[in-house]
Amino acid sequence: MAEEMRIVLRNVGKIDPLKIDEYINAGGYKSLEKARSMSQIDLIEEVKKSGLRGRGGAGFNCGMKWSFSYKIDTEQKYVVCNADEGEPGTYKDRIIMENDPQSVLEGMAICGYAIGANKGYIYCRGEYPYVVEILNKAIAQAKEKGCLGDFDIEVRMGAGAYVCGEESALIESIEGNRGEPRFKPPFPPVIGLWGKPTIVNNVETFANIPQIVEKGADWYKAIGAPNYPGTKIMTLTGDIANKTFVEVPTNTTIRQVLNDFGGGVAGGNKFKAVQIGGTSGGFIPEAFLDTELNFDAMSAIGATLGSGAFFVMDETRDIVDVVARIAKFFAHESCGKCTPCREGTMRMEEMMERLNNRHGEAADLQRLDRLGRVMTKACLCGLGQAAPSPVLTTMQHFKDDYLAKFN
Amino acid sequence: MADYKEIINAYKDLPGGLIESYHALQREYSYIPEDAVVYAAQVFDIPKAKAYGVATFYSYLKVGQRGKNVIRICESAPCHIAGADKVVAALEKELGIKMGETTADGKFTLEFAECVGQCQATPVITINSKPYGDITAEKIPAILAEYK
Repeated sequence: MAEEMRIVLRNVGKIDPLKIDEYINAGGYKSLEKARSMSQIDLIEEVKKSGLRGRGGAGFNCGMKWSFSYKIDTEQKYVVCNADEGEPGTYKDRIIMENDPQSVLEGMAICGYAIGANKGYIYCRGEYPYVVEILNKAIAQAKEKGCLGDFDIEVRMGAGAYVCGEESALIESIEGNRGEPRFKPPFPPVIGLWGKPTIVNNVETFANIPQIVEKGADWYKAIGAPNYPGTKIMTLTGDIANKTFVEVPTNTTIRQVLNDFGGGVAGGNKFKAVQIGGTSGGFIPEAFLDTELNFDAMSAIGATLGSGAFFVMDETRDIVDVVARIAKFFAHESCGKCTPCREGTMRMEEMMERLNNRHGEAADLQRLDRLGRVMTKACLCGLGQAAPSPVLTTMQHFKDDYLAKFN
Repeated sequence: MADYKEIINAYKDLPGGLIESYHALQREYSYIPEDAVVYAAQVFDIPKAKAYGVATFYSYLKVGQRGKNVIRICESAPCHIAGADKVVAALEKELGIKMGETTADGKFTLEFAECVGQCQATPVITINSKPYGDITAEKIPAILAEYK
């Protein structure tokens, strides 16, 4: 039986999220104090050494990212917390912010000290106005107590655009523009918000930081998988008995999460597929259930860890119907800036819809495959690059569902 | 109701405050009045096309009328397999309007939404962003009664 390990969720259910004293009594803000007693370089080295990789989906070494902004000698830099979790099936950042907002603020302030920034923004998705209220209250309390020192944090609210989870689109949105991704390079750590060096990290990434500073890189590095140490929060949804969230070491397998925490497939039905990492993730068949939930192991089977969404489908589900729905999602959420994504997601939806309605032709499968491969390479940002993944992985692993549409 | 000019002016000096001003307008009106977009362009000193371009980029923002209470039905994959289509049918029947429409008394608008991050309780709807989970056709009249 696998066991949960709560690092990020350590305070959930134990403290009142709207009482900063309870956070402080649980050891809160000691890490920020410790960080500020270290040199910036030592602090960044410690985070780098811990092996913490971004929990938003891209999996980049966090300390390394920080070092890019630290190296730039300029007066104004920014820290941005990406709280735009829009991957369908994901609600981990909401759980963190609703239950322990101060740990996110502390993580951001530590980052601010490390890179030399005195201003932070939390970009919270428009679907969570109730979380924005919690964050604003938490910030007011931290300011009143003087916990943040000279580091200022402001909350900005998104307005229902999935693409704003992409860091440069998110920056555009904070600036008050349409949320369209920028051409890269330059990357945000060099030229970001209002042209200044900007570190954008995910909520879960920031919430890890205080614990890493407190307990040290060696402690963190020893948890879970060596190449992607620490824990990952998974949010369980779909045809699973327990629709809940768990935080597990990154060497936990998909099967363990499904059975030990999820209680197996709902209603005693047989397992068919699990899509991990959100709606842009690959579909995973039974044969790969012993894969570990970390970035590299998931990549190795052609899937992603992504945001940690864990969407289970039982044997009764029509995979083509689900993927047709997903294709519609991407056509809706494509921002329209680059042609491969704007046109590609539209054609993909059109063909998936046709297949799902039994009006497709065999050649559509080849067209989808080719279009998908082109989009993966040619689209400007992660949205378009990942959009074909559900189509491509299901044509590979669940071919029978497609063929059944021709009967 | 507060004047839209007053609302927008309050964000004049906030860097990138255009979207925040639109949110503030929607908190008051539940939509962005056409004239307010033109006024926002003046206040933030940007072309009207840009002010309009931002207002129409984001699916939670709506230029032009919508009902006092905005009901959104999540149709993302987890809600889709949990029977979002049945929820749509039940809401359309209960309110006597189709998706995208507003009731004659201006009280309710029905809109589709993508994932609202409450996937522990699919299918999900939100009313003025407040989430209601594990929705069935039977639960709908009682929920709507809170807003009538």
